[in-house]
Amino acid sequence: MSESLHTVTTLPATRQSDCPFDPPAELIDARRHGPISRYTHPGGIPGWLITGYDLVRSVLADSRFSSRKDLLNVVDFEIPPAPPGEFLLMDDPEHRRYRKPLMGKFTVRRMRLLTERIEQVTADRLDAMEKAGPPTDLVTAFAKPIPTIVICEILGVPYEDRGSFQQQIDTFMGGEVSDEELIAAYTATQEYLAQLVAAKRANPTDDVLSELTDSDLTDEELKGISLVLLAAGFDTTANMLALGTFALLQNPAQLAALRADPALTDGAVEELLRYLSVAKTFMRTALEDVELGGQTIKAGTTVVLSYHTANRDPERFADPHVLDLRRQEAGGHLAFSHGIHQCLGQQLARIEMRVAFRALVDRFPTLRLAVPAEEVALRPETADIFGVKSLPVTWDKAES
Amino acid sequence: MRTTSLRIDRARCIGAGMCALTAPEVFDQDPDDGRVLLLHAEPPTVHRAAAQMAAGVRPSGAITLHEPESTGS
Repeated sequence: MSESLHTVTTLPATRQSDCPFDPPAELIDARRHGPISRYTHPGGIPGWLITGYDLVRSVLADSRFSSRKDLLNVVDFEIPPAPPGEFLLMDDPEHRRYRKPLMGKFTVRRMRLLTERIEQVTADRLDAMEKAGPPTDLVTAFAKPIPTIVICEILGVPYEDRGSFQQQIDTFMGGEVSDEELIAAYTATQEYLAQLVAAKRANPTDDVLSELTDSDLTDEELKGISLVLLAAGFDTTANMLALGTFALLQNPAQLAALRADPALTDGAVEELLRYLSVAKTFMRTALEDVELGGQTIKAGTTVVLSYHTANRDPERFADPHVLDLRRQEAGGHLAFSHGIHQCLGQQLARIEMRVAFRALVDRFPTLRLAVPAEEVALRPETADIFGVKSLPVTWDKAES
Repeated sequence: MRTTSLRIDRARCIGAGMCALTAPEVFDQDPDDGRVLLLHAEPPTVHRAAAQMAAGVRPSGAITLHEPESTGS
């Protein structure tokens, strides 16, 4: 490349308000200059930003890049290693030791067996929405409760504990509270999970957490694993459901096509995953010097991987900024990542989204925003998972 | 003879299920450990495209595809 290397100094804090589904303009601009840009981490530490599909995918498949939390070179103080069980932030063999006992519990077949139950959970929410009548906030009425109930049932969180539990996880995933509040919510969640693990070991019930007490994992490790599964298991899907509905409402021709053709549902979910990429960025640190896109990533340097811009790379996806539910190549998206850390719960997420989007569009043919689109409150970019804070919707009564 | 053949490396598999999702006629997952099971090492023509796609999307390199030249992929 003959042009000088593009530089991005900090990750942008906000998106363009006129298109909340697109990555911030600075990131789209960076990708336009090339798949790799110089980047400065928050602590003033030099790093790299990868925005091109092929390069992001190759880093994710490359064992010379580490996921270890304690190796992250982004701030000017030491970062402690990931707590036991939080295997997203570990490399093999530690990562594999934790993932292995979980793999059989989230297979395509086992998740399909949950379809009927997920349909029931979804129908219950839609019944409640219909009974209460319009308008409503789709986040609290629909998008959050469905994945929360499902992951709580899979893990075996008792029904009466779910409300407070969701509240705590919301607090530390939302990206908008003070450090004290964040630590308090995190600590409360940890304490609750420790009690839950102890309870399952004492009195196993029919759920994944009870099954896992039969492995060589300690209670401390099971607590960490539960936290990963819960946080990954509902905040992601909840935001996909709400932001996805918003995106469909803003693309009425696509919504009409989906409503008219149930066969479009599976592909629509893949395209929404690609288009929205709610898990926007992840990081990896080079364990040795690596040549990447014509640059040398020095050992110990942390790279930021933008999944969202990779999923909008025009070299991989034609007209990438267009939501096209019939897109054939959407299945190649990186929304669930790639490599050894690719999402363990992706088959569950797919079924939840297929069931929930289908049922929602079928139940409310006149579903629409209850406020102007620009008034829909978005999560800040600092949240790990992007989404809407609330989605006021309405519909014509006495239909369906 | 033009035969597409597949090989799996269960030690590398991370149980993401991409193969069983993309080409269920060719791949399955072990119900106990979630890792890939190969149902057809030489998939019949009707399932070949799906098998190629599955080999393309596999996240951890546990599936390799051997094709005679000019089959395209």
